[in-house]
Amino acid sequence: MVGEPLTYPIESEAAPRVSEFKRFRRVFLGRGVVIFGLVILIIFIILAIFAPLVAPYNPNRQDLNNTLLTPNQTHLLGTDIFGRDTLSRIIFGARTSLLIGLSVVFISSATGMALGLIAGYFGGWTFTIIMRLIDALMTFPMIILALVIASLLGNGMKNVIVALTVSIIPVYTRLMCAQVLSVKQNDYITACRSTGCGYSRLLIIHILPNCLQPFIILITMMLGSVILAEAGLSFLGIGIEPPTAAWGSMINEARPYLFTNPILSLIPGVAIMLVAFSFNMVGDGLRDALDPRLRGTL
Amino acid sequence: MTGYIAKRAIESLVVLILVSIIVFCLMRLLPGDPILMLVTRNQQETFSLERIEEIKHQYGLDKPLFIQYFSWVKGISHGDFGKSLIDHTPVLREVTKRIPITLDISAVAFIIGVILGIPAGVLCAVRRSSLLDTIITFLANLGITVPSFWLGFVLVYLFGLKLNWLPVMGYTSPFEDLSLNIKQIIMPVICLAVFPIASTARQTRSSMLEVMKEDYIRTAWSKGLVERLVIIRHGLKNGLIPVVTLLGMSLSMIIGGSVIIETVFNIPGMGRLAASAVSTQDYPYIQCVVFFIAIVVLLMNFLVDMTYAWLDPRIKYE
Repeated sequence: MVGEPLTYPIESEAAPRVSEFKRFRRVFLGRGVVIFGLVILIIFIILAIFAPLVAPYNPNRQDLNNTLLTPNQTHLLGTDIFGRDTLSRIIFGARTSLLIGLSVVFISSATGMALGLIAGYFGGWTFTIIMRLIDALMTFPMIILALVIASLLGNGMKNVIVALTVSIIPVYTRLMCAQVLSVKQNDYITACRSTGCGYSRLLIIHILPNCLQPFIILITMMLGSVILAEAGLSFLGIGIEPPTAAWGSMINEARPYLFTNPILSLIPGVAIMLVAFSFNMVGDGLRDALDPRLRGTL
Repeated sequence: MTGYIAKRAIESLVVLILVSIIVFCLMRLLPGDPILMLVTRNQQETFSLERIEEIKHQYGLDKPLFIQYFSWVKGISHGDFGKSLIDHTPVLREVTKRIPITLDISAVAFIIGVILGIPAGVLCAVRRSSLLDTIITFLANLGITVPSFWLGFVLVYLFGLKLNWLPVMGYTSPFEDLSLNIKQIIMPVICLAVFPIASTARQTRSSMLEVMKEDYIRTAWSKGLVERLVIIRHGLKNGLIPVVTLLGMSLSMIIGGSVIIETVFNIPGMGRLAASAVSTQDYPYIQCVVFFIAIVVLLMNFLVDMTYAWLDPRIKYE
């Protein structure tokens, strides 16, 4: 047998090369609920961006001749006590929810990750001070911290964003700190340091990119939580000023008509659930695709 | 173990001090002036500048911030949390009256979360990919995204208004009328328990799936242990560690959720006090409630740490 020439190309023995992106796409889109979530999110994002074009009516236009209508042909989802069109308010409410959700998650992840990076890398007193402060912030339930901050700052979308941002920063800081502590142990970090690499370069070019992966999942999941928390705040009447459509305040406004007009309370709740559920499912899908170790366990 | 407890206790104390600083600073971050803590809006408009300066001096608000902090801490250590801006009653008395109410609802919701969530998660993990697993996992995914106040209204509509089975609001102490108490807290407890049940089930399922792959589980099977013992004694005890972390957070979520749910069901607990104090800007109340809630969460975290050490004795020696 020795010396006999190979009659077939050796490549066929090896597993076929799969591009990383194709593998990601296959796993990510492999589950029905994930596709469902993705479709729902795309629909809501389009609705939010093009709200003035898509909405059949002005969301704040009152029509006192047509109050508390049940769903019909002119008002697909009915009208509220001021005769405002529910469908239009849901569409504009998507704008409020997504705008707040995205800004809060963007600002808080950037701030939280920076703090975690600093605490994890420098260690010592810096670590103790930052992490103990984070522990202290963590002892306040998220919704209560946001409620208090928003009430101190006064109403307005900007203040809601600040309040929610502060209350979720600790989540990112904790994860980032843990990530940095483990990445720091790697030999390539020691190697970099021995070549005289400054700490800003070390942090941003060598440590940060290796810590990022779990954040893609966390950020998607947090979007759902922030939208739920924002709904809770606007339900309590904190934050978004009245005429602006927000899902939480729509449920609160519908409260006196619960018995006569239950659909008025029902619809905004379904919208909140759909969006939060979709973000969580997309987050689950991302985790399956990015972290094979955990595939299918959650 | 004593060393471990002492270490954790000192750490909690440090966090408690930081919490008090945060609570103090939050109120000093008021747009405007901490004088808002002492006089109502109307009074502030009618008072002259000299009168306001006088009040500031009277309450020590013209002193440096850290001296103000220490006198505030001295006050609360004597139980002096200030007086309400609205009705001028001592804040602490009202808050302590309401603590048992919130505790009643939260504790029941928490216990239900544990006794339903953990078995549901274990069941899903050991019967993975079965119909039961699919259904429970779907419900759990739904349960972590349902807005609690909305669920409250749906329940009120169904069981309160349509079927007329349950009272839609109010609270009676269990010592006065147990059956009325149970009827009144069923709906609020369901609203508060949905999130803990769902998240505990998800986490338990996930960590049990990890644990059941371990070598020691295979050993337990191969030495011929019955399924119940493999799952409970060998699987669950190890799988519970991340669940315990989550349970600590769940309690914080429940107490946070009580702000909303007590408003929905008109229950005179700490949560509704916080919500109404926020809307009337009654700052001494907000300060006191927030501080108490933080202490409860801190105590809970301490218990979680102790449970860890019991579940995984290695933690004590780190």
